Amino acid sequence: MIPFFKKKKQLPSGKDRKEIKEELFAKCEKCGALYYKKQLERELWVCPECGYHFRIPARKYVEYILDEGDFEERIGQNIYANDPLKFPGYAKKLEGYYKKLELNDAALCGTGHINGIKVVFFVTDFKFLGGSMGSVYGEIFLRGTRKAISENLPFISLTTSGGGARMHEGIFSLMQMAKTVVGVVELNEANIPFISVVAHPTMGGVMASFASLGDIILAEPGALLGFAGPRVIEQTIRQKLPEGFQTSEFLLEKGFVDDVVSRKELKEKLTFYLKHLGGENGRSKTD
Amino acid sequence: MRALDFERPIVEIEEQIKALEKEAQDNKVVKQALMRLKERAEELKQHIYSNLTRWQTVQIARHPDRPHAVFYIHHVFDDFNEIHGDRNFRDDPSIITGFAFLNGRKVAIIAEEKGQDTKDKIYRNFGMPHPEGYRKAMRLMDLADRFNIPLISLVDTPGAYPGIGAEERGQSQAIAESIRKMLKIKIPFVSVIIGEGGSGGALAIAVADRVLAMEYAIYSVISPEGCASILWKDAKKANEAAEALKLTAKDLKEFGIIDDIIPEPLGGAHRDPVMAMNNFKEYVLKHLEEVEKLEPDKRLILRRKKYASMGSFIEKEG
Repeated sequence: MIPFFKKKKQLPSGKDRKEIKEELFAKCEKCGALYYKKQLERELWVCPECGYHFRIPARKYVEYILDEGDFEERIGQNIYANDPLKFPGYAKKLEGYYKKLELNDAALCGTGHINGIKVVFFVTDFKFLGGSMGSVYGEIFLRGTRKAISENLPFISLTTSGGGARMHEGIFSLMQMAKTVVGVVELNEANIPFISVVAHPTMGGVMASFASLGDIILAEPGALLGFAGPRVIEQTIRQKLPEGFQTSEFLLEKGFVDDVVSRKELKEKLTFYLKHLGGENGRSKTD
Repeated sequence: MRALDFERPIVEIEEQIKALEKEAQDNKVVKQALMRLKERAEELKQHIYSNLTRWQTVQIARHPDRPHAVFYIHHVFDDFNEIHGDRNFRDDPSIITGFAFLNGRKVAIIAEEKGQDTKDKIYRNFGMPHPEGYRKAMRLMDLADRFNIPLISLVDTPGAYPGIGAEERGQSQAIAESIRKMLKIKIPFVSVIIGEGGSGGALAIAVADRVLAMEYAIYSVISPEGCASILWKDAKKANEAAEALKLTAKDLKEFGIIDDIIPEPLGGAHRDPVMAMNNFKEYVLKHLEEVEKLEPDKRLILRRKKYASMGSFIEKEG
């Protein structure tokens, strides 16, 4: 083989064509339409053609849902996983995520405003081990709910937690289901509104704990939501699952979410419920 | 008795002993051989059962002859009366609920039951509850709380059932609500993992003041087989996965997840069910009496505190 033919054409930036293509364009996973990323950004990563909701990082949700520039990302940002089981490969995986995503775990929490209403906002990042719930995630959640109580602010969670409870921390992850529900119970007793937004995908231990206990539960369209993963169910019952099984629309029909809301309307929808549930007792503070 | 692979040498010796006992009569030589064989059997049992791998413990927790919830319900408790149904959809036989007496005191019982023979196993859905099972359990929690009856739960499930109906009827919501309810009721509540504590399906009835585990029980976020197929794309590596998951009673006690370990006969509860039953009773009573001494409000605060502080993480300066 003559090296001359193998050599990739280098563009001035030092990147090859494929890299540049990936940098500029994104393809809709559902309808296959190709877009400039800049265009999708304006559409909040909702496909203009078919309405498919691209999966987006936690910080994008912060940008889209909270008012500009006031997110104080400070709840639990200094806590890190401890790898209590010394689980094979876990420590190394975490190091990779810390560097790549600049997150201390799969969850991000802080105070901010939604159309002027101050809230505590908890959001997860799918790219960090599938947005799975381990000890750090659970601790951030509980600190978030307690912050909401101490400052009398509504609490909003937005989850993309396909991994459910994080396998790598074993039984400790399972216990986070109970731990986060302690947070919910405390919110309930303090009469603080708790809105749970579930996005693609939210499964297992997350769906079977706090995410299903919102006073109001909103789902992004087309999200996979449920307890058991579709593959596990198919293996158990040895048959194909019906079209649309475990989607947001399916849960709406069965009565397990209050509404299916497009990402583009989510901020306004949240504002409505914040105002409505916040009432006149000063809970919908606009400071 | 059905034997697991690693138990074969023990069972072989035990069969030899049985055969010799028939012949022994007054024959001194045979009697001496018998003595030696019995000693050897004891040594072997000690050696094998004291050095179990975690995967072997999983197999004992799932042993076909292991006493299930029904055994404890009928032998440890008196005058058990079962109540059925979630008043909404149907009765779920995977979860048994009812009222009984424990050493003369009133108790309420929630128990996951895997089933005995094939027919019963199918009827019980192998101990994998549907949402209506958890909703029935919640009914009992409410009743027990209103009438001030201490609650005892027996956990033994591979997990909540992964099926179409279960999802349609809100498996996630049922488990989440059940967890919330256990963090609101004020009655004394002791939970015992008697066999297999399969993830959310187990936790859904086990958020208690005291959580105990039988010596050879396991409790895990995922089955070793499930973990192995995710990690190594090979369910046959369950052996390694069980090691990684650290799911034995001893592990759980060290982690502070459970409060006590109930000793079992060497080799598992099925080798001496009476002893297992007596130990179960003794430990449950002990812990029940301890939590009964607390004021109801205080008890609930402590229960919540326990779960609020669960987790293992590092807090860095800055």
